[in-house]
Amino acid sequence: MTNFALSVENLKVYYHTSGGPVKAVEGVSFNLSKGEKLGLVGESGSGKSTIALALMRSHKPPAIIEEGSINLGQTNLLDLSEENMRKTRLSGISMIPQGAMNSLNPVARIRKQVVDALSDHSFKFKKAERETFLRELMESVELDPKVLNLFPHELSGGMKQRVCIAISISLKPQVIIADEPTSALDVIVQRQVIETLSKVQEELGAACVLIGHDMGLMAQFADKIGIMYAGKLVEIGSVNDIFKNPTHPYTRLLIESLPDTKGKRPLIGIPGLPPSLLNLAPGCSFCLRIEKENRKEIPWVEISKDHFIQKCDICSDYGKVKTKK
Amino acid sequence: MNAEYVLKRFLLFLAVIVVAVSINFIIPRLRDTNPIKERLYQLAAQGGVNVGKMEEMIEVWEKKFGLDQPLWKQYINYWNDVIRLDFGKTIADFTPVINEIMRSAPWTIGMLSVATVIAFVVGTVFGALLAWPKTGNFVKIFVPFLMTLSAIPYYLLGIVMIYTFAIYWPILPTSGAYGFGVRPEWSIEMVLSVISHAIMPAGSIVLTSIGFWGLGMRGMMITTMGEDYMKFAEYKGLKENRIFLSYGVRNAMLPQVTGLAISLGTILAGSVLVEVIFAYPGLGNLLYTAISSNDYFLMQGIMIFVIVSLGFALFVVDLLYPLIDPRINLQEQQS
Repeated sequence: MTNFALSVENLKVYYHTSGGPVKAVEGVSFNLSKGEKLGLVGESGSGKSTIALALMRSHKPPAIIEEGSINLGQTNLLDLSEENMRKTRLSGISMIPQGAMNSLNPVARIRKQVVDALSDHSFKFKKAERETFLRELMESVELDPKVLNLFPHELSGGMKQRVCIAISISLKPQVIIADEPTSALDVIVQRQVIETLSKVQEELGAACVLIGHDMGLMAQFADKIGIMYAGKLVEIGSVNDIFKNPTHPYTRLLIESLPDTKGKRPLIGIPGLPPSLLNLAPGCSFCLRIEKENRKEIPWVEISKDHFIQKCDICSDYGKVKTKK
Repeated sequence: MNAEYVLKRFLLFLAVIVVAVSINFIIPRLRDTNPIKERLYQLAAQGGVNVGKMEEMIEVWEKKFGLDQPLWKQYINYWNDVIRLDFGKTIADFTPVINEIMRSAPWTIGMLSVATVIAFVVGTVFGALLAWPKTGNFVKIFVPFLMTLSAIPYYLLGIVMIYTFAIYWPILPTSGAYGFGVRPEWSIEMVLSVISHAIMPAGSIVLTSIGFWGLGMRGMMITTMGEDYMKFAEYKGLKENRIFLSYGVRNAMLPQVTGLAISLGTILAGSVLVEVIFAYPGLGNLLYTAISSNDYFLMQGIMIFVIVSLGFALFVVDLLYPLIDPRINLQEQQS
């Protein structure tokens, strides 16, 4: 076995609907070492959040993990019993939720919401120890320990998100998943929250999966970036590789579509629409978008060290001319 | 909770009562008929006598009832009586109305508040369980069946129960609040008798209102389960029971509590039909007697009593609400 903190192999998650399976995650694999930060990027409906749910095993029917393995250190999470999985949440793998504004129980004080999590993982403290622990936890996310005595509605959005981060790291998990942790915050608070997240993650040495579609934030935060498209991971590589040498046509277009800070130019979008994931045909999904077809199995190709793409023979040069222009 | 909050709520409570009691005064006086004249002519017609000095009699009676005074003075007198809890005397046997009310109210309060609380607790628990995906099949099949009972009017169910448990299997008494041979004092015999007499009237109310509470709670619980804090509670690796109770039910209950307060407040109006069917000596029965014998004083007295108690119940809930939902108090301070 490897000594990756998190290793996902050939993960397939389907939503079973009356119209057939929606292949939300189709054969995704990636590895994360200790302390490594992966940014998962993709448009809405590309399966990013489904991956996050599957990693926590918190997906709800009709979603079913069809295949694959999620290895946290040496344990495959998919083999754990329901009760052991519950204990692994937060202590082994934790998730910072998407809706920071509403992720805290409105009728309970912050202290209780932190302590609930500790006691359900059989952490027993003496009272004084507990207070020290809570105070240090709050300070680690740059919050005043007085926040513990407040109710969620007495906090600002950024403070709430910090509380969520504090709860997520309270049991020192090996892996932290952050599903658009800053989506409800304004830009300045976003940056502060991401910096806090970065700091606590480095202190813990935990691997981190950051999900979002803010390329700027990703570039700032992540070590590695994975590009999701139509349920598949189409390209993964270091931040440098992805931004300097985007190789999959979708990645290329995605990066081109970012506004330029150096000079004015018209914004460029990606033509077409992503294909419906319902009964998606095997083969290259990006070809479908540009009205071509490739039904063959698309191979993973390592184009430089640790930089992989799904290389399709038909569409891989699409849009390249434009880049050169 | 601060003093200002309590004071504000109390003033609101007083305002509600003043308005309601005043309306109670105005409505009968909106009619342009003279009640005494009406009554005397009616009596005269019944007696078949042609009374000569009718006008004088009317004057005398009007003076006796204070109806000869200007309206504002009548209003002041009326308030004077209300504050002293003097609602006049019943027409039937001239006992003071307040005595009648005080005699009946405990039975109604006792029986109906227990019934309401039981229905609330059972209905709320069932409703929450129905919405919870991991609930066993037994509850999911049995409870909707129970909820169909809420489509049956409680007085009909009451009649069915009388037939079943008092006539077909005579195991429960049909009427009254306690047995004839039992002396009304604190004894085990008395307590058992009171309970056995209350089972059927309370049971018919409980069975028919569980559905109401259950459906309300189920809806609220489903909404709550879609909230982000429920998802985060799961990511936190909390135990199932804790997520269900402290995060789910605790939040979904808030509107239910308001509902409970309102129904506890309206209890004093009694479930008239239930009390009549089971000849239960409560306020509902008293109101029924008052209406059927045109006893205006008794009716008016019961009305005021109900208004005040409903207002009071809401006042108490207003005081308790900040304890249940911490967001309430804050909004009050900000406004």
